[in-house]
Amino acid sequence: MTTFVEPPGPPPLAEGGRRPRHILLQRARRSPTLIIGAAISLTLVLVAVLAPLISPYSPDHQDLYNILSGFSSKHLFGTDELGRDELSRLIWATRTDLRVGFLAVIFPFCFGSVVGTLAGYRGGWLDTVVMRAVDVLIAFPFYVLVIALIFVVGTGTTGIYVAFAVVDWVVYARAVRSTTLVVRESDYVAAARTGGLPDSRILLRHVLPNTITQAVVYLTNDVVLVIVAVVTLGYLGLGVQPPTPDWGTMISDGQEFLTTYWALSTLPGIAVLVTGLGLSLLGDGLADVMRPQ
Amino acid sequence: MLRYAARRVAAAVLVVFGVTLATFLLMHLEPGDPARAVLGIHATPTAVAALRREWGLSSSLPAQLGHFLSQLVRGDLGQSYIYGVSVSSLIGARIGETAALVAVATAFAVIITVPLSALAASRQNGWADHVVRAVSVVGLALPAFWFGIVLIEVFAVHLHLVPVGGAGSGFGGHLEALVLPGLTASFAMAPILVRSLRVGMLEVMDADFIAVARAKGLGDTRVLFAHVARNALVPTVTLLGLNIAYLIGSTVIVEQVFNLNGLGSLLLSSILNRDFPVVQAITLVLGTAVVFLNLATDLFAARLDPRIRLR
Repeated sequence: MTTFVEPPGPPPLAEGGRRPRHILLQRARRSPTLIIGAAISLTLVLVAVLAPLISPYSPDHQDLYNILSGFSSKHLFGTDELGRDELSRLIWATRTDLRVGFLAVIFPFCFGSVVGTLAGYRGGWLDTVVMRAVDVLIAFPFYVLVIALIFVVGTGTTGIYVAFAVVDWVVYARAVRSTTLVVRESDYVAAARTGGLPDSRILLRHVLPNTITQAVVYLTNDVVLVIVAVVTLGYLGLGVQPPTPDWGTMISDGQEFLTTYWALSTLPGIAVLVTGLGLSLLGDGLADVMRPQ
Repeated sequence: MLRYAARRVAAAVLVVFGVTLATFLLMHLEPGDPARAVLGIHATPTAVAALRREWGLSSSLPAQLGHFLSQLVRGDLGQSYIYGVSVSSLIGARIGETAALVAVATAFAVIITVPLSALAASRQNGWADHVVRAVSVVGLALPAFWFGIVLIEVFAVHLHLVPVGGAGSGFGGHLEALVLPGLTASFAMAPILVRSLRVGMLEVMDADFIAVARAKGLGDTRVLFAHVARNALVPTVTLLGLNIAYLIGSTVIVEQVFNLNGLGSLLLSSILNRDFPVVQAITLVLGTAVVFLNLATDLFAARLDPRIRLR
């Protein structure tokens, strides 16, 4: 087909630069990155939700006649040193690690976005205080600060939530603040202000919808980093505590049998990799679709 | 340059003070009692109280902070609760290992990321670009410690190319022992570097002076190395500085995987022993190191690119 039809230009932007929903859907359908990423992520969420139905055994069930069995028809991915089914533990660990990963980013996302918007919009002392706090927090090596916080709060999931609440909001605050600085100077915000709208309405209806995109795109990438961190802490024995199945503890338990039963350490690692890959692709796809063209 | 440097140094000193304060508060807001933790649950209240006095934990928080700061100014990081020696001597014995690991990892990161991002940027949307971008997405999702385990499995257990773990002996053996840990740590930050560096190089390639170089009839290779790479050096240095915190953080985990006796493994063992002064000092030392490395890269970048100084 070589007909020269002028391609339809982008429709006029809605108030505050939001595009009508069907354009976004149309673009989403043409992005293979987004589709593959969404498919992987959705599958994993299904695995996590349906864990009690699809896992062949309970994650704590010990088959003491088949310890370290290797691949077999009874235990597809073999069993660990306590005779627990590897596949079932992988499935239940998906549930644990996805839940902890997603819960851990909720507070940083909300708090960081709000603080970043306020700091960027108001400026003044609030901005100074926030940015100094950000400077101090990013000076610490990420894992060192998280580990120190877990030391103080205690190991386990509570420690993880508190540690990420303290450390992780800074990235959202920084990203949102810098977009807010741009949006603040735009004509439509000036117009809204001249129109006599209160600050709260300008922030909620005109500024936030334009700055939050940045934070949402970062959110999917951040979930990947946080899940990897949760697994890493589990590996160090500071995260999810046994016997709750978690990829990190599975990797560290299996490391002892690396030369004989390599699958015990390798499979949970691959699970982390696939999860991260799915969510990263989803994030990249979303960024492509939402980026103004 | 001097004014810029002065401003940056002043800012860094302020951040270091913030880091010190944050570390102190973090360690002293802890609900548990370190004296009780060290003496065990059967200790008498008198013994616990005596130990608390000895460690200076019975005075008020501001008094403790004052004491901590005055010690710090004299270079005294306190005494370890567990080892009974000064924290500075513990850290002094271990810091070399961590510094060597960070240096090797940084070298690997540069060797891996600069050619890859140049390749990807020079063939934008070609297959090489797609491969590099795909690999960097995979790399981002790779838990560094797990990748380290896989490397041990392949290169040490099966191929016998490098030692399985430990520090090695002599300079050569030492360097050899740092190859896998260095690779592991650099892989943790290579994807982030490649992604940003590729964008940075693409921006340089869109610049007018590149169009001029092309119009003059210079070959692709010459344009890439003499013009693009030179101008992409500044963002590379800046990026390395920004990611040094992440790199130092990952060495904590990498040391654990490879059984290296650096600050990271000391931090983890001190956490298990609830050795407060050591945890506090390592957090402080690593945080301060990041601030100064950031400062150094900023000043270096400003030296390379005069435009930065005017900002």
